[in-house]
Amino acid sequence: MSNPILQLKDVKKTYGQGTDAACEVLHGIDMDIRGGELTALIGPSGSGKSTLLNLLGLLERPTSGTIHLDGVNTGELNDRALTALRGRKIGFVFQFHHLLPAFTAMENVFLPAQALARWQTKAMLERAEKLLREVGLEDAMHRKSNELSGGQQQRVAVARALMNQPPLLLADEPTGNLDTVTADQVFALFRRLLSEQGSAALVVTHDPRLAERADRVLSLVDGRILSDARPSRR
Amino acid sequence: MSALPFEPFVALRFLREGRAQTLLIFVGVGVGIGVMVFLSALISGLQGSLIKNTLSTQAHVVVRAPERTPTVLHDAAGALVGAAVEKGAERVARIDAWQPISDTIAKLATVTAVAPTVAGSAFAHQGPLTASIALRGIDVASYRRVVNLEEKLTSGRSDLVGNSALIGIELANNLSLHVGDRLRLRTTANREDIVRVSGIFDLGNKDVNQRWVFVSLREAQSLLDLSGSVSTFEVRIEDPFAAEAVAENIRQHTTLVAEPWTQLNRQLLVALKSQSSSSIMIQVFVVLAVALGIASVLVVSVVQKSKEIGILRATGTSVRSITWIFLIQGLVVGLVGAVVGSLLGALLAFVFSRMAVSADGSPTFPVDLGPDLFLRAFLVAIGVGLAAAISPARRAARLDPAVAIRHV
Repeated sequence: MSNPILQLKDVKKTYGQGTDAACEVLHGIDMDIRGGELTALIGPSGSGKSTLLNLLGLLERPTSGTIHLDGVNTGELNDRALTALRGRKIGFVFQFHHLLPAFTAMENVFLPAQALARWQTKAMLERAEKLLREVGLEDAMHRKSNELSGGQQQRVAVARALMNQPPLLLADEPTGNLDTVTADQVFALFRRLLSEQGSAALVVTHDPRLAERADRVLSLVDGRILSDARPSRR
Repeated sequence: MSALPFEPFVALRFLREGRAQTLLIFVGVGVGIGVMVFLSALISGLQGSLIKNTLSTQAHVVVRAPERTPTVLHDAAGALVGAAVEKGAERVARIDAWQPISDTIAKLATVTAVAPTVAGSAFAHQGPLTASIALRGIDVASYRRVVNLEEKLTSGRSDLVGNSALIGIELANNLSLHVGDRLRLRTTANREDIVRVSGIFDLGNKDVNQRWVFVSLREAQSLLDLSGSVSTFEVRIEDPFAAEAVAENIRQHTTLVAEPWTQLNRQLLVALKSQSSSSIMIQVFVVLAVALGIASVLVVSVVQKSKEIGILRATGTSVRSITWIFLIQGLVVGLVGAVVGSLLGALLAFVFSRMAVSADGSPTFPVDLGPDLFLRAFLVAIGVGLAAAISPARRAARLDPAVAIRHV
């Protein structure tokens, strides 16, 4: 079995301060995620899914416990190093796609790479083009992202998440606001690109059809992991 | 494909996306910088012209013999006898053996010309008409290098051959004199001579035009009983604003009194200085308003773009890059404002110079649009743009990406 890409040990997250105002959202999470695996994270609203995702995505720091990403103890990094690590190791697909409206589809895809390298390179543009072609958007590459349909935007977001070839892909309801057909397309795409790159993915979802097709399903309830199941592959 | 690095690439796109907002702030900064350019051009043109006019009729430094100071006299018992100086009959402080002194002054750094002059008062008679005059004996060749009499002449010639004289245009009117007419000069010591008017000048000052009469050095010396002596040296130097230093230098190398033009025109300089400071005050407030304008637009832009900033941060953009993205926006606003402002300021100055004309249609004074003015406008605009962007940039950099993304 491969080394875990992501490893959480007794991770707790508390919001607010003082005994009265403090609210512990996550009560000691232990988990690891390995390359090539697609993990679904399910749970009712308010169970701490988004908080956990923010912690996994290095957007927030845990109150206690450790998070190792690709062998690096993220607790030991300063904010700058954390941002750089996030840029290189993590690809995000947000719930509402979150593209930059002022930029074209193409630019949205290569910006994460340019943010790291500062200058545009030919290789960067070629990779962005290849990714957009793979998500079926070769005709919409140079259109402003806010001129695209919801499904197209979500596919751009997937291409963007894969731009830096991150070992970890995090997605928050990636198909939440898409119709079934488009949702299936996006999911299939996700799966295919994942296996090609050997990355790990964690998908937060309410969609049972999506969870069913994951390699592993983690269920989060009240800030604790209630079950860790591996549905048999069909 | 854009050849720009990441931060300017994103910054320019954000500005372009802002459209009306961006356009407004460009115009706002442009108007501010335009006012600055116009005001500076106006004030420096006005002051330049005032100083030029002042200096075209006078020397940069005037060197004269020191006033005799009273020596306190006591008798043998120590009682005070007297403490005053009785002025001599010649009435004019004289510099004897002036040639070597003139040479000494001429050799000092930045001195370009030294003209010995003899000055005293006298009366001019023409038939029944009499006028009180200031007699000035000059050596035309050397004096011309200090004050260009040639270009001040309204008629006649500026050379003073034999018993000829140059008189002011007012005196010529008062005494009904024309070039070639004769004129009798009589000093207070009752020495007199007949001179012929060889030229009439206009030095731009009514009093001077009414009272000054130029004669040759020798003529003045004999009329004022100063043979072999002069009363002043008029000195011209390379930079008129170094007059005080040169005057000090002259004082150290001679035993004479040296007065820079700045001392003789103290009121003019005080007026110019207060004009400059009020103009600077106005400019400071304009620049302040420009800075606040840029800052407020950028702060609004940070709030509007908090989601985008969150996305950029989440996809690996560093805090430093976010800071730069907003600093560059301030910089670009400043730069564009500088271009717009320079054009606007130049246009205003041009229109003004067309409107503010004297009766003969020539501009009352030139507007001074030098390259250093535009350079300064650019530096100010860029500096203000950057400075105004600091606070918004820090605000953008402090945005928590997790929060920014959640609150869409």
